[in-house]
Amino acid sequence: MKLNLKVWRQKGAETGGKFETYTVEANEHMSFLEMLDVLNEQLIAEQKEPVSFEHDCREGICGTCSMVINGHPHGPMKGTTTCQLHMRHFNDGETITIEPFRANAFPVIKDLVVDRSAFDRIIQAGGYISVNTGQAQDGNSIPIEKELASEAFDAATCIGCGACVAACPNASAMLFTSAKISHLNMLPQGEVEAAQRVLNMVDQMDAEGFGACSNVTACEAECPKDISVKNIARVNREYFAATLASERVSKK
Amino acid sequence: MNWFTRFLTSSIGKKLIMSLTGLFLCLFLIVHLAGNLQLLLDDGGNAFNLYAYTMTHNPLIKAVSYGTYFFIILHAIQGIVLALQNRKARNSKYAVKVTRTTGTSSFAARQMALLGSLILIFLGIHMGDFWWKMKSNQTNTLTIEGIEVQDLYEKVAASFSVEWIVAFYVVAMIGLCFHLLHGFQSAFQTLGLNHKKYTPFIQLLGKGFAILVPTLFALIPLYFYFVK
Repeated sequence: MKLNLKVWRQKGAETGGKFETYTVEANEHMSFLEMLDVLNEQLIAEQKEPVSFEHDCREGICGTCSMVINGHPHGPMKGTTTCQLHMRHFNDGETITIEPFRANAFPVIKDLVVDRSAFDRIIQAGGYISVNTGQAQDGNSIPIEKELASEAFDAATCIGCGACVAACPNASAMLFTSAKISHLNMLPQGEVEAAQRVLNMVDQMDAEGFGACSNVTACEAECPKDISVKNIARVNREYFAATLASERVSKK
Repeated sequence: MNWFTRFLTSSIGKKLIMSLTGLFLCLFLIVHLAGNLQLLLDDGGNAFNLYAYTMTHNPLIKAVSYGTYFFIILHAIQGIVLALQNRKARNSKYAVKVTRTTGTSSFAARQMALLGSLILIFLGIHMGDFWWKMKSNQTNTLTIEGIEVQDLYEKVAASFSVEWIVAFYVVAMIGLCFHLLHGFQSAFQTLGLNHKKYTPFIQLLGKGFAILVPTLFALIPLYFYFVK
């Protein structure tokens, strides 16, 4: 199949960028990233600069691949990462627009690669449990009811790719932050630090320059892991409770 | 930073103000609609004029009405501030962007600030035409059941015989419908109330409210223009 690609090219964070148009011959069994590999081989053969894009596992679990394809983060298929998106979902002769995730908190490093370290700093603010675990505990030694375990697990499937920020008209990081807070706060191991966690992680999220959530739900619609906005509601109420009830009275 | 200021200036705190003032204004809409539907009675406006008299002379209602003005202003200012801040979170715009949503109207959710601005302009014209003219005694007085009241009904009938005013009221109510379509259920999500036990009910109630209330409001100018 022959495809016309409109790709965002940008040399560095400080320079502006623009779209370049390429034609590539791909086959329908390729993943989107394999199709870009073909494009890059073609560009290298023509002694041109290949398109920079991020990838790691290429099996939909690491959260490294990104890019906005025809207006959708990770492309138009629901619950799919870019690496798991296959060319059979596109038509022969189609023009595909490929852009980086756009948000001030995710500055472009080069072409389609953006700096998502703001997410790392949100995790550093509280996305952990401060206990020495020692030897791994026996499975099921802390009984957790099934509904709760499933809810926590659903939140924990967030791969931190940033599609929620890319999809949100406000570039809000609430879906990511709420998933990371929820999966720890719902379980007994995370409960001890629940109040500090929600206060510190939300503070860090605000400090990174993401927009505020206005419940558009575009994040849930575009999330490759189908993370629910129920997590955002949970973090809202935990934030109220922690503000009113936690021991801390001023910012540390 | 003091814990309270920190809360109110956080992204979640700002949204809580939008949510609570928004829900209060939804209650106001119900009360305002119930009173205004008396305009449709065939009594020459007596019931409506007496109601308007009570609303402007009962001290408790007057106190609540000042609270309402305050909440309208707070909701508007906070909404504008949030919309501007949210725009600033993305300086470079997408060349192609499709916004899919789950359980809310994509158009309404993205255009809340625009719809809100339309409603604010409507409020300015609406209050300038009725509230201000009544406050500054530009209406005639008449006596009903021994009470001297201002004839607001006559003023309403006069305004609603003007084509552009009727058209503008209808357009504003369509704007209100979309604003409520997202705003009503969004307010509960911001409060942290999202659960499979009751969220489907809230979403249904929100849709019903968003369609019914603005439709009934819009019926009033249309009835005056076409029927009375």
